Amino acid sequence: MKIALFATCIVDAMYPRTAQATVAILERLGHEVVFPEGQACCGQMHVNSGYFKEARTVVANHVEAFDTDDYDVAVAPSGSCVASVKHQHELVARRCGDTALEARAAVVGAKTYELSQLLTDVLGITNAAEQLGSYFPHKVTYHPSCHGMRLLRLEDRQLNLLASVGGIEMVELPEADQCCGFGGTFSMKNADVSSAMNADKAANICGTGAELCSGGDASCLLHIGGGLSRQGSDVGTLHFAEILASTLENPVSVTGEVKVKLAGSKR
Amino acid sequence: MSSNTFLGMPSLPVFGHGNLNATEAFPKAAHRELGNEQLRANLGHATHTIRDKRLKVVAELPDWEDMRNAGAAIKDATMANLPALLEQFEANFTARGGVIHWARDAQEANEIVTALIRETGETEVVKVKSMATQEIGLNEYLEEQGIAAYETDLAELIVQLDHDKPSHILVPAIHKNRSQVREIFLREMPVVDPNLTDEPAKLAEAARKHLRKKFLSAKVAVSGANFGLADTGTLTVVESEGNGRMCLTLPETLITVMGIEKLLPTWEDLEVFMQLLPRSSTGERMNPYTSLWTGVTPGDGPQNVHLVMLDNGRTAALADEMGRTALNCIRCSACMNVCPVYERTGGHAYGSTYPGPIGAILSPLLTGIKSEENNSLPYASSLCGACYDACPVKINIPEILVHLRGEDVDSKRAKVKVPTQMDLMMKGAEWAFAKGSHLSLLEKGLPLGTLAAGRDKVIKKLPGIAGGWTQSRDIPAPPTQSFRQWWAKEHKPGAAVVPGSTNSPEGEQA
Ligand code: SF4
Repeated sequence: MKIALFATCIVDAMYPRTAQATVAILERLGHEVVFPEGQACCGQMHVNSGYFKEARTVVANHVEAFDTDDYDVAVAPSGSCVASVKHQHELVARRCGDTALEARAAVVGAKTYELSQLLTDVLGITNAAEQLGSYFPHKVTYHPSCHGMRLLRLEDRQLNLLASVGGIEMVELPEADQCCGFGGTFSMKNADVSSAMNADKAANICGTGAELCSGGDASCLLHIGGGLSRQGSDVGTLHFAEILASTLENPVSVTGEVKVKLAGSKR
Repeated sequence: MSSNTFLGMPSLPVFGHGNLNATEAFPKAAHRELGNEQLRANLGHATHTIRDKRLKVVAELPDWEDMRNAGAAIKDATMANLPALLEQFEANFTARGGVIHWARDAQEANEIVTALIRETGETEVVKVKSMATQEIGLNEYLEEQGIAAYETDLAELIVQLDHDKPSHILVPAIHKNRSQVREIFLREMPVVDPNLTDEPAKLAEAARKHLRKKFLSAKVAVSGANFGLADTGTLTVVESEGNGRMCLTLPETLITVMGIEKLLPTWEDLEVFMQLLPRSSTGERMNPYTSLWTGVTPGDGPQNVHLVMLDNGRTAALADEMGRTALNCIRCSACMNVCPVYERTGGHAYGSTYPGPIGAILSPLLTGIKSEENNSLPYASSLCGACYDACPVKINIPEILVHLRGEDVDSKRAKVKVPTQMDLMMKGAEWAFAKGSHLSLLEKGLPLGTLAAGRDKVIKKLPGIAGGWTQSRDIPAPPTQSFRQWWAKEHKPGAAVVPGSTNSPEGEQA
């Protein structure tokens, strides 16, 4: 299958390893991955902040980059960005009165999958250890992000994939379905409430005794990880794609000092 | 927003007034409320209890989703046909001996109720808990006119005795715990057992004794209504304590205040809502008391039955194509019980009678988004979507929140000349995300970010609005190379790259 990768802006700029891990998994399964160069962002920050005029530019760019027949499905390692592509793009076009963009956005939206959705529903992955060679001998807890959970109805797809990784020990996160408080610009506009939500999330995570918290959205993990780091916690965050990509031969290692350390990195 | 004309209303939407406006911006009010540890503890406990109860009883019904769809469909149909249904309701209500009064806004409604009470010559009324009368500030208005209004709902009574404001639409005193209630009773009830303990049964008994005299002497009652049935002209009140029923049957005069959106087309439609409402609000299969009354029955119950039909911004909300479904709300409070923002700030932070997720959309819809007191409300959400999942009539609150943010940005765009920091940030991001090549150009600056992060590889302070982030959160140092750069330079198709391999970009995860 020819799979177009939508890396998403935060992953592209801040967490390249998440996109790289996504490529690794898909290529390991024998698929061809392409990267539409024109892509930039899904625009949800603009939409969710009420900047529809600006959002239209960003949506138009995404549609331009992905509206081709040159691939079978598109995938992004981010529930919220996929939810934006699937649910917000048409809305933005409609609100701006652009019917042509609306129709093209619908086509792109229908072809776009969140990573765990693609792996589970399309590629039939039920056992990461066997089918992907995933190995990650660590104690991990899992936070299901709101948009994946409620807009995409991912249910336990990410969690089940993680649980099937070799050597992993999953521990349940209390109040897992509670929002971490990121919410894009909400974390700046209502910084106090957002911080209070994040503090409760951090307390729940630390209470599990896990070495790290995994999830499917870089932005939520950035938020949760940022809170844990400020509190001086040793617990880090890691996208589930990177755990799936980790193998016995070439593992992602976790150390107390730099939290999540990659075998090839210099520190 | 376009304008609509019906029911003799003026052609421009009349926005609502009364207890709908915040007096300060949400972030500021939230900051204050967050500092109240007792409030957070009380709220966290209460919302979690109701939330769990609701989940349990909802899970019992195999057709819950169908029921939600039915509820939403009935309400959508009501809103689409509201003018005709209101006329039908009026005809049936009047034919059975009731009197209808139309109130354009809070002021008119208050004046109508006051005049009706004056006609009876009474200076005291008993009240059934009612959101509509809270919305118009009736109690305060009556007090100014020398009329005493006694709340009979236990929680509402607690709030009234404490000279406080309700902070939840179902559990108005949710922010108070038992021992606080005991103190209020000891302080404010004229006759009370000095050995009163904080046992719920003892507190309820004290309230019952206090209220009994009022029930037996009151000649006038004021109520709200949960539903008005258009095909029969019937009104409904749904409650748990029976105090409502006392008010609805004992006095001679009954004055009900109801928002115009509370109609259901037919008697049969009530069946759906009698299942949706109690399960969503109190987490019970059925509520203890449901009162239905249709006009006047000679010799039985109130002989003077009045209904004040309240607009107060509802016509304006109805004219908003995206926002109008907010009027489908049946005030069950499920959305606030699951809202992580409400759970931490409590209802007072929202300023209005309607707190929580529904308040964040309803208040600005009723008052107009241009009303500056309320334009911070649509941002009081992380858009986590828990409210939409919980709502028994499927109001897509997150979508309406985003729509109202758009309205707010547009309305400010039209008047503000100097762009705000947020405007500039959004403009900058628009450029960055307009083309892959722009983002790529910016990413060449990533090593600078690494430098800014310093030796411990985290950014601890950012300037301007981004400073809100760094008040409690670090930002990891960005990697030295973006994914896009790595892809262009180092990706080898089919050479399954693994996380730890040497061709990985730099940078650690926080
Ligand atoms: S918006 Fe929905 S969940 Fe919230 S109070 Fe109204 S009916 Fe209940």
